[in-house]
Amino acid sequence: MSDFPAARLHVVSGKGGTGKTTVAAALALALAAGGRKVLLMEVEGRQGLAQLFDSPPLPYEERKVAVAPGGGDVYALAVDAEQALLDYLHMFYKLSPNGLPARTLRKIGAIDFATTIAPGIRDVLLTGKVKEVTTRAGSRGGRYYDAVVVDAAPTGRMPRFLNITHEVGNLAKVGPLKAQSDGVMAVFKSPQTVVHLVTLLEEMPVQETVEAIEELTALGLPVGGVVVNMVRAPFLSHEDVAAVAAGTAARRLSAGLKTAGVDPALAPVLLQEASEHAARVALEERGHDALAHLQRPTYELPLLPDAVDLGGLYQLAAALKAQGMA
Amino acid sequence: MSQPGTRLKLDELLDTAKIIVCCGSGGVGKTTTAAALAVRGAERGRRTVVLTIDPARRLAQSMGLTELDNTPRAVAGVDGELDAMMLDMKRTFDEIVLTHAEPDKAEQILKNPFYQALSSSFAGTQEYMAMEKLGQLRASGEWDLIVVDTPPTRSALDFLDAPDHLTTFLDGRLVRVLLAPAKASGKAYLKVVTAGLNVFTNAITKIIGASVLQDVSQFVGALETMFGGFRERAQATYDLLKDPGTAFLVVATPERDALREAAYFAERLAEERMPLAGLVVNRVHRTAGGQLTAQRALDAAEQADPLTAGVLRLHAERVELAQRERRLRERFTSAHPAVPVVDVAAQPGDVHDLNGLRAVAAELAG
Repeated sequence: MSDFPAARLHVVSGKGGTGKTTVAAALALALAAGGRKVLLMEVEGRQGLAQLFDSPPLPYEERKVAVAPGGGDVYALAVDAEQALLDYLHMFYKLSPNGLPARTLRKIGAIDFATTIAPGIRDVLLTGKVKEVTTRAGSRGGRYYDAVVVDAAPTGRMPRFLNITHEVGNLAKVGPLKAQSDGVMAVFKSPQTVVHLVTLLEEMPVQETVEAIEELTALGLPVGGVVVNMVRAPFLSHEDVAAVAAGTAARRLSAGLKTAGVDPALAPVLLQEASEHAARVALEERGHDALAHLQRPTYELPLLPDAVDLGGLYQLAAALKAQGMA
Repeated sequence: MSQPGTRLKLDELLDTAKIIVCCGSGGVGKTTTAAALAVRGAERGRRTVVLTIDPARRLAQSMGLTELDNTPRAVAGVDGELDAMMLDMKRTFDEIVLTHAEPDKAEQILKNPFYQALSSSFAGTQEYMAMEKLGQLRASGEWDLIVVDTPPTRSALDFLDAPDHLTTFLDGRLVRVLLAPAKASGKAYLKVVTAGLNVFTNAITKIIGASVLQDVSQFVGALETMFGGFRERAQATYDLLKDPGTAFLVVATPERDALREAAYFAERLAEERMPLAGLVVNRVHRTAGGQLTAQRALDAAEQADPLTAGVLRLHAERVELAQRERRLRERFTSAHPAVPVVDVAAQPGDVHDLNGLRAVAAELAG
């Protein structure tokens, strides 16, 4: 049973460098397991998903990138603001993307204006696409996708990205832009949406996670779980970490190395490495405590020995599923 | 440990450069690097200022930056002259408007909702304003060395591209069309534009609403008087970046994505003929016990007591990590052999005091 049975839209954010793209992809695989259809979306034009799935840059179309255990499908889509605008003009105003009006708009810089310069409009376009795929109807009733996972902006920009009504509200009090952003906001604030945060057990990512949750809560956006990524295996017991930190492990280690057939002259070097590890463990524990205070469902993903490939993604997806995130 | 590529001569750089720009993707330790360089530069006797964009709270406190007031403040505890400031992009933008527009126009611009949104949330505004602030600091002549931390963008290239986006827009055809649709009519060669304009106005009106369009036109109309100022300033700052007194340092961590971003940036700087001084690789893992291989340590751990086994497995992990990092870094160096590289060892915790910054700088200087 998933911890988020009502959620269909999973927004994944986190500080830069925490691996949120990897976690979003693993979550999509986990959600797809057992025959479901899941869309994995990228909104920052980074082509991080293509790199992760080792495919050529993704075009602006929903494309199958992986099959989940038990037969589910993961589709991927890299949303691009310009394409989203042309899409929008086509859907609502019947402007063909290659017709004269659209070409002229591009030529005089209107497309560029709407997608890169005009504040808010770009985010309305991107989040509008998120809403569209989330609420798209399936051919036999129900929804087209069982779940949508968004690899969203990093924590610093994410609340602004999601709090679209506010950004647009300053510009447009009435009219279609306002109506569109209100529609998007209604989806984001509904029980079908959850925002997950990815962190490492390091000071700044934990701090940003705490701040992001405060901010999301203040905005009335639904906070999901916290994913602690790249957790290292515990090589030493609590007692041994404490002994290393206190500097009382030297004799035992020298004796142990001799027994194990390793040159005891290496003891000081190894002890130095172990004491750095002990210092990190102490910081990690502080991070753990800060995260525990949040009282959010928390999931841990192991640090994989090599760069994450498809095999690694399956492993992470299984871990998320086993811990109840999907 | 062997150092592929040339080694960065940091002190030489700190003694001669006028501007050092630290770039790199998010989360690689740019701000810490910039702060460390500034402390060392000041303590080597140069009047130094560091412009930071979004420092972690405790790092900011260590430099006495408790408020975001857009003004350089002296950093206490440094053996030299060091000022530090945090960028306030909205205030910087307001100041440009106040400097360049006539008083009544300026007021009109500052009140315009479109301007308010543009100045506080346009994705490129932060980059543009960082450039603008850099130009101002340089023009004041108060400092020998200016160290700039770049905004936390997803890509290091945004710093170079965003100002261009903004000025292209402010100076672009769209703006002229918005300003003077009447002027365009009657000229045959502009018929297409006019036809497009009608569609454009209709479409945009439908999409964003007439009142927004009106605000945009008003904003653009008010800005018209300052176009020259904007364009010249942006150009002047861009030229400043090409100056031989300017040095770019690309900051990365020994990870695939960060190094790929660093490589893009190195290539782009080469194209622009901008001076790349070197690559700083933060959070590098080393081991002094390399003679004990990972495999040997793991084998020995099999027959050891728990403490010894744990320590040996930690060592094995570290050796493997160090090797992997070195391979990634060598990939960069073989593609960019001329770029000097310097490593900074991984620390268990974050740096948040002046002594920590001095230690980082000492490592950078080798």
